Amino acid sequence: MTIATATLRNQVAAVEPRAAGFFADTATIAGRALRAIPRDVETVIPPIFIALFFFLVNIGTLSDLTEGQIEGFDFTAFQLPTAILLGVTGVSRAPALVLDVQNGYFDRLLLTPVRRLAILLGHMVADVTVACALIIPIVIVGFIVGVRFETGPLGILAFILLGAMWSLAFSGFGYAIALKTGNPGAVNSSFLLFFPFLFLTSSYVPREQLSGWLDTVATWNPVTYLLEGLRSLLVDGWEWGDLVKAVIAISIVGAVSMSMCFAALRGRIRRG
Amino acid sequence: MCSAIRSTALVRQYGEVTAVDGVDLDVASGEIYGFLGPNGAGKSTMVRMLCTLLGPTSGSATVAGFDVVEDPASVRLRIGVALQEAALDPRQTGSELLRLQGLLYGLTRSDANRRVGELAELIDIGDALDRRISTYSGGMRRRLDLAAALVHNPQILFLDEPTTGLDPVSRAAVWEEVRRLNVDLGMTIFLTTQYLEEADVLADRVGIIDAGHLVAEGTPADLKKSIGTDVIVARLDRDASTVCSAIEQVPGVLSVEARGTELIVATSDGSATVSPVAVALSACDVTVRDLTLRTTSLDDVFLELTGNRLEQDDSQGVGS
Repeated sequence: MTIATATLRNQVAAVEPRAAGFFADTATIAGRALRAIPRDVETVIPPIFIALFFFLVNIGTLSDLTEGQIEGFDFTAFQLPTAILLGVTGVSRAPALVLDVQNGYFDRLLLTPVRRLAILLGHMVADVTVACALIIPIVIVGFIVGVRFETGPLGILAFILLGAMWSLAFSGFGYAIALKTGNPGAVNSSFLLFFPFLFLTSSYVPREQLSGWLDTVATWNPVTYLLEGLRSLLVDGWEWGDLVKAVIAISIVGAVSMSMCFAALRGRIRRG
Repeated sequence: MCSAIRSTALVRQYGEVTAVDGVDLDVASGEIYGFLGPNGAGKSTMVRMLCTLLGPTSGSATVAGFDVVEDPASVRLRIGVALQEAALDPRQTGSELLRLQGLLYGLTRSDANRRVGELAELIDIGDALDRRISTYSGGMRRRLDLAAALVHNPQILFLDEPTTGLDPVSRAAVWEEVRRLNVDLGMTIFLTTQYLEEADVLADRVGIIDAGHLVAEGTPADLKKSIGTDVIVARLDRDASTVCSAIEQVPGVLSVEARGTELIVATSDGSATVSPVAVALSACDVTVRDLTLRTTSLDDVFLELTGNRLEQDDSQGVGS
């Protein structure tokens, strides 16, 4: 266990600790989070399975019914954005962050000069990467079943980007719960938030087909505008009005979730 | 010598509970300072405040010359910390964890890799460094945690109960490492422990904390000397308090304390006093079940100051 004193002194003399900087900190934390993903495949496989399962089952069971009712309606294309949101909503490294809190590693990070914000942003960079990785195979399956993008390759890119940004915006809720409670059960239950967001909207039929209270709720649900933006890339071409509304919807949800998330981070740091 | 750690009237409250209550500390640069106290005495809370993990309710503290509240970033660059529970990510490998730690301290990737190699040699963890931490034994986790605290060559090392739960061999290895870091590198070490022998053997000075209060401070030798150099312990067949006044009259006796059927007699010369004490007990018409002469321990100091004994495990005996 011992090594020569002179060697040890020379070794440590060469070490000059300093603050690495915000971007380096974020990249380091993101690198760790990304390295962990292949080791936590159980967090990635179920969302993609659920998304593809419902996509294929829904188009198999409802295509004829809906397309017969609405002239010119392409239910397969209509369902692809729903499948994307099913896959990426709630997917985040928040459960891993809870484990860090529980096993003390979060404290070890806080003991370093790392920028506190970089701890969260590093995880979120990994989340965006994972979201993109989840969206791509769903889009490929969409292509296989006949979906095409009116907006071409750039539209595909915008589609993936919007999906990933939504995933990031929603992940803030998971991180807020993780940091506030340090409880994995509570983080898993954040999945419940997903239901009103994703099902009280035009996930299965166009908004024009909704009526009564559901129509009212869908009008106020930001996911409605996100779905319409994504669908416009598939079936309508570059409809800037729809896209701007989608971006605004993501921004509103993101602003709320990130405010909660950063407040929870400040609270945890303050509580020690 | 300048202060590495200084606290003034440091207080930390959790609601109605005051975990640390007005602690003044002054730890010199290059010193090993042992912070001794039972579970729940406030040791870990004190460490968390000094390490910038926890804000004090009142009072102030500087570490490496920087205020822990006003300039925590400067403090963090200069300290290494091994908390009570090894703070490791079980999903990473040992080398990944150390490399990441190095990068967060601003080391270049090549310097971080070099440092991982050096620390691997230091903690003698062999090929396991490339295994996931979840496969490590308790001793290996402790050693890796210590290595993580040393990646950036800190000026001051905080060790919060570093040997709790370790087997005697691993414990001895940690002691050796702590001494070496202090002697070879001049590292200031703030060590909390509930083990008397650990504080006695390692620390240049010891602070005794009980219920959030620093009740005594000094070198282990001075603290022990303050209650006499030897202790005679007699186990009687009845309540020992009935004979206290008689034993206090014996020449050479400095103090007498009764704890149930146990009589603890402090003296400056045990070998000269043990016979007169035995005679005095006999004159009191009590049956002595057991009579032991030993040197004073920090436990005796703790008992004298707080009225309680510190818990010891079997391997931490202070000798008799």
